[in-house]
Amino acid sequence: MTRQALWNDTRARAIIDSHLQLEGAMLPILHALQEEFGYVDERADALIADSLNLSHAEVRGTISFYHDFHREPAAKHVIQLCRAEACQSVGCEQLVSHLHSAHGVEVDGQTHDGLVQVKTVYCLGNCALGPSALVDGEILGRVDAQTLDALIEQRDHTTSLRDAVEEQRS
Amino acid sequence: MTQSIRVYVPCDSAALSVGANRIAKAIAAEANVRGLDVSLVRNGSRGMLWLEPLVEVETSSGRIAYGPVTAKDVAQLFEADFLNGGAHKLRLGTVESIPQFARQTRLTFARIGTTDPLSLDDYIRHDGFKGLDRALALTGADIVEAVAASGLRGRGGAGFPTGIKWRTVLGAQSDQKYVVCNADEGDSGTFADRMVMEGDPYMLIEGMTIAGLAVGATKGYVYIRSEYPDAFRTFSRAIELAHEAGYLGASIKGSGRTFELEARLGAGAYICGEETSLLESLEGKRGVVRAKPPIPALVGLFGKPTIVNNVLSLAAIPFILAEGADAYAKHGIDRSRGTLPVQLAGNIKQGGLYELRFGMSLREIIQDFGGGTRSGRPIRAVQIGGPLGAYFPPSLLDTPLDYEALAARKGLLGHGGIVVFDDTVDMAKQARFAFEFCSKESCGKCTPCRIGATRGVEVVDRIIQGQDRAKNRAVLDDLCEVMTDGSLCAMGGLTPVPVISALTHFPEDFERPVLRQAAE
Repeated sequence: MTRQALWNDTRARAIIDSHLQLEGAMLPILHALQEEFGYVDERADALIADSLNLSHAEVRGTISFYHDFHREPAAKHVIQLCRAEACQSVGCEQLVSHLHSAHGVEVDGQTHDGLVQVKTVYCLGNCALGPSALVDGEILGRVDAQTLDALIEQRDHTTSLRDAVEEQRS
Repeated sequence: MTQSIRVYVPCDSAALSVGANRIAKAIAAEANVRGLDVSLVRNGSRGMLWLEPLVEVETSSGRIAYGPVTAKDVAQLFEADFLNGGAHKLRLGTVESIPQFARQTRLTFARIGTTDPLSLDDYIRHDGFKGLDRALALTGADIVEAVAASGLRGRGGAGFPTGIKWRTVLGAQSDQKYVVCNADEGDSGTFADRMVMEGDPYMLIEGMTIAGLAVGATKGYVYIRSEYPDAFRTFSRAIELAHEAGYLGASIKGSGRTFELEARLGAGAYICGEETSLLESLEGKRGVVRAKPPIPALVGLFGKPTIVNNVLSLAAIPFILAEGADAYAKHGIDRSRGTLPVQLAGNIKQGGLYELRFGMSLREIIQDFGGGTRSGRPIRAVQIGGPLGAYFPPSLLDTPLDYEALAARKGLLGHGGIVVFDDTVDMAKQARFAFEFCSKESCGKCTPCRIGATRGVEVVDRIIQGQDRAKNRAVLDDLCEVMTDGSLCAMGGLTPVPVISALTHFPEDFERPVLRQAAE
């Protein structure tokens, strides 16, 4: 489950300050903010620009360059489905179709209730055991339609989604 | 009291992806119920990934392997007395007796899978830090010459001689130099860097420290992609432990020489695997490619002379220093020295990491090691070297795997990944994907890549839809030429490689009759 604290200027400033001794602190700061709040709020831009002595444009430009950083809070669960060549060779695009037809979920969109977000990722380095996905940050191999069904069906439960899938597999 | 029995369950993320943590828990629980003294070791993976989770038991006749183990096999394994190597349908004998393992030449991966990756004791017991000991007794120039003599070439893809790069950094005058490890292993079909970081992190730490000693750099960074959360965790922890034990820090092993190391997390940009884009990203900026020259060896991270090497290049260094340049150079053929960690992936029955001598043919690797496709259908295409690598048809499978032989067939070895496709693949779609990927991942600095990739998707779409095929084909050839010759880096420059190989070897996929829409 993705962790999300409500945006808080003081907390954000403390996170930024704790990274200022690093060379090239921008990415570590952005990762730390996203880890804490689940996203990088636009209110962070000015704080970062001020601390690193950069322009707002440089901060925003950096945030927008990287696929990882997002501006809206993440869903409760995030499934990153690999769609690179090795996973294509074992049918990841059929899984994309399955999500659409069976669950009405577009990849790079979310379930109707907003609980699960499915995102495209290019390669998780599990290319001999694909199709692969990161489920709330945990790696899962040999993903098939049943796996996805289980993940989506279990979205409301409080237990780890990935554990739920292993339960169903065994 | 009897001695506890060691049982190994890998913690490599490929093993985790198919339930290794669950198996480890089940074995511990079952041993507890039965009152047996089992000590669980979470080792790296032996690389035979289709056998994961591969459980090993230490017995008087060696480490006996069982796999792939599922949770419901665990109780049966205990019934079959697997703790003493008992017979069971999953029993594979000793790891060394498995044919895919026996045929390898494991230099870089010698330790991986045998040890607990975070145990410094294990690392030292298995020849760890011998290279560092040697390096501490040598001058920087001597270390650089040993690396040059080994014939090691950069394993990130370009194959540039490592010794020459180091010599340049050594010769540069500066108050500060850096060693940067490129662990942004973004090519689909590759996972060797990940396995090193998760399975033998101290080897990379040792290699980077030696690089620092060689050129006079006191600070190193490892740039790890965010798609590898397990590798980042394991490697960060290894840095802490090495630091505490005095293998990193202000005075390495009391020598008075300094080397500090830090792991940095990427943020989901494929282009950051390009070395200058990676440096920009480490500096905290957009990962926009720099024009070369100046080369990073002279003007690199924060404008200082910098070694930028791939994980596998740096991981080969401890062996070269410990065993000598000749010991490394005696492996290999022609200008391809040492070994090649091949990553066999995609639609393959027995995929994994196989560290091989150079020159084995693609067919031997795919058939003998891989056992053919996982689907059981005929092989139609094989992509070598990641998303910027060529697709080869079955008729080219006798090509030996080395830099020059692949280049002669308009392919590239890249990072050693091989992705197998069966006969259901549509090569026009794969060509389209090559452009689509480039359009999503281009840094945008140069026009041929930024605009060319998008135009490429459109042109391939028109060909697929049957619009003016001959004319669009001419446009496509022209576009590929512009991207190849006019792009600033390999992203735009090599995107035409998979496209052209698909057009050359699979022309029929671009000439299919157009299916009428059901709605018409």
